[in-house]
Amino acid sequence: MKQLSVEHLLGIKYLNKNDIDLIFETANHFKEVINRPIKKVPSLRDITIANLFFENSTRTKLSFELAEKRLSSDIINFSASQSSVKKGETLIDTVNNILAMKVDIVVMRHPNVGAGVFLSKHIDAKIINAGDGTHEHPTQALLDSYSIKEKLGSLKGKKIVIVGDVLHSRVALSNIFALKLQGAEVKVCGPTTLIPKHIESLGVKVETNIKKALEWCDVANVLRVQHERMDIKYFPSTREYTQLFGINNEILDNLGKKITIMHPGPINRGVEITSDVADSDQSIILNQVENGVAVRMAVIYLLAQQIKR
Amino acid sequence: MSKKVLLNSKEIEIILHRLACQLIENHNDFSNTALIGLQPRGSFLAKRLASILTNDYHVENIHLGLLDITFYRDDFRRRDEPLEATNTQIDFLIENKNVVLIDDVLFSGRSVRAGLTAIQSYGRPKNIELLVLIDRRFSRHLPIQPNYKGRQVDAIDKEKVIVHWKESHTKDGIYLENK
Repeated sequence: MKQLSVEHLLGIKYLNKNDIDLIFETANHFKEVINRPIKKVPSLRDITIANLFFENSTRTKLSFELAEKRLSSDIINFSASQSSVKKGETLIDTVNNILAMKVDIVVMRHPNVGAGVFLSKHIDAKIINAGDGTHEHPTQALLDSYSIKEKLGSLKGKKIVIVGDVLHSRVALSNIFALKLQGAEVKVCGPTTLIPKHIESLGVKVETNIKKALEWCDVANVLRVQHERMDIKYFPSTREYTQLFGINNEILDNLGKKITIMHPGPINRGVEITSDVADSDQSIILNQVENGVAVRMAVIYLLAQQIKR
Repeated sequence: MSKKVLLNSKEIEIILHRLACQLIENHNDFSNTALIGLQPRGSFLAKRLASILTNDYHVENIHLGLLDITFYRDDFRRRDEPLEATNTQIDFLIENKNVVLIDDVLFSGRSVRAGLTAIQSYGRPKNIELLVLIDRRFSRHLPIQPNYKGRQVDAIDKEKVIVHWKESHTKDGIYLENK
């Protein structure tokens, strides 16, 4: 019988191909569940989950919360902006206080890289990384791959380009790991200032011309320009970025083939992608959101399965 | 480990026809009836009964569904082996239907309990009946009894009832195995 090879979901880096296959198979079942008249199963009635968001989030938090509720677990929510973290409490203290309330699984988003790994070494609960700084966002990468697989049937040999602010993107890094693991070819495309040095060592190619990148690919995963993480100017102006790397209908119509457009959200409409592209039938952005709940249910379910009382 | 034949393929065929006739007696034209096989093992029996009803007794419009009960089981995280889910295929509404849950062996009754909870997710059935091929008496953990049963078996805890279907094995057969 199958189970995950890891005890926590800290990053795609720690998973193997079988883990991803198992998560997707389980997500298929949950996708059926969330399309029923009653979208809930009682599997996790005796599990308590804490959602610790030390950084702002809308869709990831809602998606996790919904996934947890659909599995019938009890949940507590925490966001750093309204808590004692502001009073100087350390991460371990905060989490240990929450764990004293008998929490089994912690879903955590944190601005610092490696916060999940650090926590997993110090506390006795399952950790799911919901984004740690610019490092990894494993559930986003899983739902992206799941959505591509749903659309194209398989990832093996498919050509995926990740466009935009790769430097600040945890989605990009997790996606690269996940896509490579499943046999896809990956290119990154963006201003050279926003492409990390040595990224080729992860087995991806760099392209700085958006038209060439789109001509090459089957799927374009368009990232948000993360103004809030930019301490210096990485490009002269938003207008220039849009002109050089923005995706609009004109570029897509001239490709001679239909590629699939993805975006992890939130979208800066008119910056990295125009509204008509985001809302077109080539875009699977809303499928990604729906699949997010199913994939997160699968991850939580599979980790909860390992908890012994 | 000894293995004894409880029912051979001929006997199974006769029993399936009897069960089909009993269903017809109670459900008439099946227009408001749903046959629901509990995955994974009950689905073989449900499919076989549906095909007998259609081909041999010319019942039309059978609503056949397969229900996975993995997420409703009460032994999640309590067994050594992880549970593996299977597909659910119910492409009709359960609301106000006469549902017949179908499974191969009724032992503790816990799978059927999970099935009763699971089926509610698809709407509120008018009523629910239970059909099993083998009813192992004296082994129930819950107050659940079948409405239709193929054969009643008295077996001790050490013994196991093994069901082979020709779809998954070479021929039909039901065996009692001494562990």
